[in-house]
Amino acid sequence: MCGIAGLIHRGKSSNVGGELTAMLQALKHRGPDSTGFALYGNPSAGEHVLRFKVAEQEDMRHGFKIHDQVIERRAEVNRRLDELGARRISEEEATEYAFRYWIAFDGDMKKLADYVEDVEGAEILSIGNALELIKDLGDATVVSDQYGLGEFGGTHAIGHTRMATESDVDIRSAHPYWAYPFNDISVVHNGQLTNYWGFRREMERRGHRFMSNCDSELIAVYLADRVERGEDLEDAMRRSVDELDGVFTYVVATADKLGMAKDVMAAKPMVLYESEDFVALASEEVAIRSVFPHEIDTYDPYEGEVMVWQS
Amino acid sequence: MAELDQAHESYELGMHTEQLSGRTQQVFFSAEESDNLVYPWAPKVDFDKHAELDAESLDQQTVNAEIRRLMQEGFGTITVRNPGAKHSLGVGILNRVNLHFDGSLGYFGCGLLDGPNVTVSGRVGWSCGENMMAGTILIEKNGGSTFGAAIRGGDLVCKGDVGSRTGIDQKGGTIIVGGRAGAFSGFMMQRGRMVILGDAGKNLGDSMYDGTIYVGGKIADLGVDAVEGEMTDLDRDWLTRKLAQYGLEAPNGAENMTKIVSGKQLWNYDNLEPTEKKLVL
Repeated sequence: MCGIAGLIHRGKSSNVGGELTAMLQALKHRGPDSTGFALYGNPSAGEHVLRFKVAEQEDMRHGFKIHDQVIERRAEVNRRLDELGARRISEEEATEYAFRYWIAFDGDMKKLADYVEDVEGAEILSIGNALELIKDLGDATVVSDQYGLGEFGGTHAIGHTRMATESDVDIRSAHPYWAYPFNDISVVHNGQLTNYWGFRREMERRGHRFMSNCDSELIAVYLADRVERGEDLEDAMRRSVDELDGVFTYVVATADKLGMAKDVMAAKPMVLYESEDFVALASEEVAIRSVFPHEIDTYDPYEGEVMVWQS
Repeated sequence: MAELDQAHESYELGMHTEQLSGRTQQVFFSAEESDNLVYPWAPKVDFDKHAELDAESLDQQTVNAEIRRLMQEGFGTITVRNPGAKHSLGVGILNRVNLHFDGSLGYFGCGLLDGPNVTVSGRVGWSCGENMMAGTILIEKNGGSTFGAAIRGGDLVCKGDVGSRTGIDQKGGTIIVGGRAGAFSGFMMQRGRMVILGDAGKNLGDSMYDGTIYVGGKIADLGVDAVEGEMTDLDRDWLTRKLAQYGLEAPNGAENMTKIVSGKQLWNYDNLEPTEKKLVL
């Protein structure tokens, strides 16, 4: 089933971490396997936030060796960052296996991403000036507490509660997906893509990488591919409604925008609330009510609809 | 045509005499016997006896249990404050009662109703009024997708817009939409009437077996086997009367609405043997 949610403040910052935690917790019944957040903070010029992990949560429960391996893998990631000239400004251990780095880097981001992910067990969750992508097993409150997201200040955010259906319960199959290797683009999805394998093979031939077997990852890669070919994100979203087959509603965010797209059969839900300075959208209105408990006017976007809002 | 009324047809088909097996059962009600119009276990309520219920801190099961308790105590007019878009509120009520929700409902609101008159001051989520058998539901704002899925009777009215697959598998009753309806509305419709005062999305009436859809606005396109029918005086009179009942009007007048019916070119119930027909209807 899965639950998706997003919110954007127009012209101001807010505690988007706390707000999205509340929204995703209200959607827990749609998917209790894992929860993911893509939070857009206040960007600082010349600095990137790099979120990556070097093991799955599940790995940490198996044997003593993994703890040493995690240390070795992180050291190798550090070495490779240094080798490519990425200056590590500061580092945080979000968990034993997931890290948050501020780096200064003006080189080839794809090369950096590929080189880091070549380390065994390493996966870059996101690189961005504004984006920080966090995902792990458990419900929204568990993940938010684990990674200290409850007070995260920013302009907008998207998130996902996952009910695993066709791929594993692990972090790599959890949403959101980062649109590798592009800064600050992330995607969450509810639905199923039926032309996944055909498109995946096409994308792989074009040099894109997939970290999971989850069909939702295709949307992020698809959008990245279109953006790489010079297409505007909104145009790429409109094209996706025609080209991606199956049932889907997805939400995408960039450094300063929030967007949603719905397939032509409108088979997956989405409820929208829009005011002058705030937009919230979610699979169910109860999620929006967790931020706005009073009576509000909401509506469902229609089939094939693509909408984009600016922060 | 007097000798070919519905009851006569069903007698002709042997539907009243053949012993049915399995779990399929048919019960025939007589409109002349008022006792047959309510379930024997239905609580006797007084419509002048009013109660209020604040749902803000209650979960959906408790809200529904409270509504039942109030009906058992004879309250015939119940207002639920702060429903907060919770799911599955006001479901499975099989007796006469005036039920008002002061706010919005989540998914599956007011499903499986048989008799109540419900009003909702806010919006409703997906599948409102699913499988309703009798009564009325009147929603002031918007509705989600699968609005009135498989309803069999009663009036389901949304003054705003509704989502896709409105009235999917509709088997009777009336669905009225004040605004726009999404794609695949009337999909596999079997009986009843649907009125869309605004625009209708793609594939309207796709694979409909029977029933009638009236549209006041533009139709994006028709689904398989849905065709335009001829508006008659009966259609116009019925529309005018029905819409007035809920304070609604066709934007360009009832006479200018488009009528959509089944082309009956697909394999449909008319091709069934009488015994098969009895089992599926």
